[in-house]
Amino acid sequence: MIELPANAPAGVITADVLKSDIGCFPTREQYFGLVSALKADGFELCADVCGVDYLEYAERSLPEGVLPTRFEVVVNLLSMSRRQRVRIRVQAGTESPAVDSLFTLYPGSEAMEREAFDMFGIIFNGHPDLTRILMPEDWEGHPLRKDYGAGRVPVQFKEAPGPR
Amino acid sequence: MSDPTVRAAERLEPLVVETSEGAQGLQRREATPAGELSREVGSVLRVDGHAFDPSSIDYERRDDETMIINMGPSHPSTHGVLRIMLELDGEFVLRAKPVIGYLHTGMEKTGEELSYVQGATNVTRMDYLSPVTNELSYSLAVESLLGIEVPERATWIRMMMSELNRISSHLVWMATNGMDLGSTSMMIYGFRERELILAFFEKTAGLRLNLNYVRPGGVAADLPDGWEDDVTVICDTIDERTYEYDQLLTGQPIFRERMVGVAPITAEEALALSVTGPLLRSTGVPWDLRRTMPYLAYDQVDFDVIVGTYGDNFDRYAIRLNEMRESIRIIRQCIEMMPRGDYRSQDPKVTPPPRARIGESMEALIHHFKLFTEGFHVPQGEVYSAIESPRGEIGCYLVSDGGPKPYRIHVRAPSFVNLQAVPLLMRGGSMSDAITVISTVDPIMGEVDR
Repeated sequence: MIELPANAPAGVITADVLKSDIGCFPTREQYFGLVSALKADGFELCADVCGVDYLEYAERSLPEGVLPTRFEVVVNLLSMSRRQRVRIRVQAGTESPAVDSLFTLYPGSEAMEREAFDMFGIIFNGHPDLTRILMPEDWEGHPLRKDYGAGRVPVQFKEAPGPR
Repeated sequence: MSDPTVRAAERLEPLVVETSEGAQGLQRREATPAGELSREVGSVLRVDGHAFDPSSIDYERRDDETMIINMGPSHPSTHGVLRIMLELDGEFVLRAKPVIGYLHTGMEKTGEELSYVQGATNVTRMDYLSPVTNELSYSLAVESLLGIEVPERATWIRMMMSELNRISSHLVWMATNGMDLGSTSMMIYGFRERELILAFFEKTAGLRLNLNYVRPGGVAADLPDGWEDDVTVICDTIDERTYEYDQLLTGQPIFRERMVGVAPITAEEALALSVTGPLLRSTGVPWDLRRTMPYLAYDQVDFDVIVGTYGDNFDRYAIRLNEMRESIRIIRQCIEMMPRGDYRSQDPKVTPPPRARIGESMEALIHHFKLFTEGFHVPQGEVYSAIESPRGEIGCYLVSDGGPKPYRIHVRAPSFVNLQAVPLLMRGGSMSDAITVISTVDPIMGEVDR
């Protein structure tokens, strides 16, 4: 087991994961407080933010006390001074997934959060520019969701003028 | 979008509709929220503890004084299909915003449809200038979930190939950067030397660009006969040529005018923007995963981590030039210390039986067939493996549900993240400096859009 910084929100569930990584499983309410405590504790770099859709794999192994939801946001933080990584997996919700944006802590999470929004439809509250990033602006649906079929949608040309 | 928290596209002029990316693009000032505006003008640290003062941004500036122009997506200096929207005051950049997605082919979605054996062919196409590092981060992730040990020779072959790949990637960077600055000789030289390495790749893996050489369990084939001589010739030639590049560029007045002191970034800004690779090291932060969190056998070879001081264009050039020399040092040690043995794991779970046995044993045939049709099953779990690509930290986040295909594969692409530094680097510079910024950030669009 690992120790979280003293000012982290109480009751965050932690677990050891592969190798030297640390896994934290905060709730949506604890998420922002935990990340800001970790940042103050020396995790300078937000290496990665991504979403996962667990629609077809709901029985995944989680530590006791974590309520699984369909969407998960996975954040990898890196401490350069301690040469350590920490992985934060927050259950983002099932019907309307939403978590707080990390933009005010790590401005570099901006593009990665936009990608997670674009691909999964996860809302990041407080994000300055939550628009699609990889798909066209008027695209319907979120492609990396498990109920979004691959190769079944005809190619959408954005604002195509039609046959001339 | 019906959700009020999502910024909706505001179509302002009917004339721009045909090319408009809606809210993804750069909007007029009055249509842009304050937080986004501050990001586009490149203020990074103001949101980080320092109070952000909206009055410092000139809202009152009328639109007929400035001009929003569009660079790309097909512009020779944008290295692919990068589109950057710029707000210019005369020749000087006030705001910038990269608009990406023109090369999005849904590779993460495709990765969920392919088995672990096929997965390497998918990820190798992401960063098409350094395929080996892509395959390596993917293979390391799969191997750590499988819990298999890779033979020592495979580890050293992987290390040598990824260093060769680092050189070829930096050579293309030198070439295209020279091209952007008008030095067409450098362009020809860079591609000429890269050809040496690509020829060796072809001899080893059968392909020049998308190698599919590093696979879960080891590498696809052993090094060809006489590889020591080939690699020694590559090292000697390129080592000598780096000094020629030095003579051609480093002291050249026009080159220096456009590189020295242009587009600086501080260490704090780089860290806040999650920037890694040469861009981060140019600010003086000695962060290179090969040294700080060693993987493969990088803790057994001798090399230096090159760092800069000012974080300007010239530092980023000097770092890449010297990293090529360091890679040559590593490759020379690989030639000396290359162990004998298997080039792939003999674990029957991931490796098919040898060709000779397939002809005589039914079980071996079935095993071979199963491995290449269904693939192998990977235990449940999730892993993030990060290595140092020529552009920074490339990570592979893999979730397995116990089946033969990844449940979710996410690649943390260094170019995608580094691209966020572009508004900061371009701010206040002239249009011609903006070209050098795109060049020294070195985004590979295949990796940005995936």
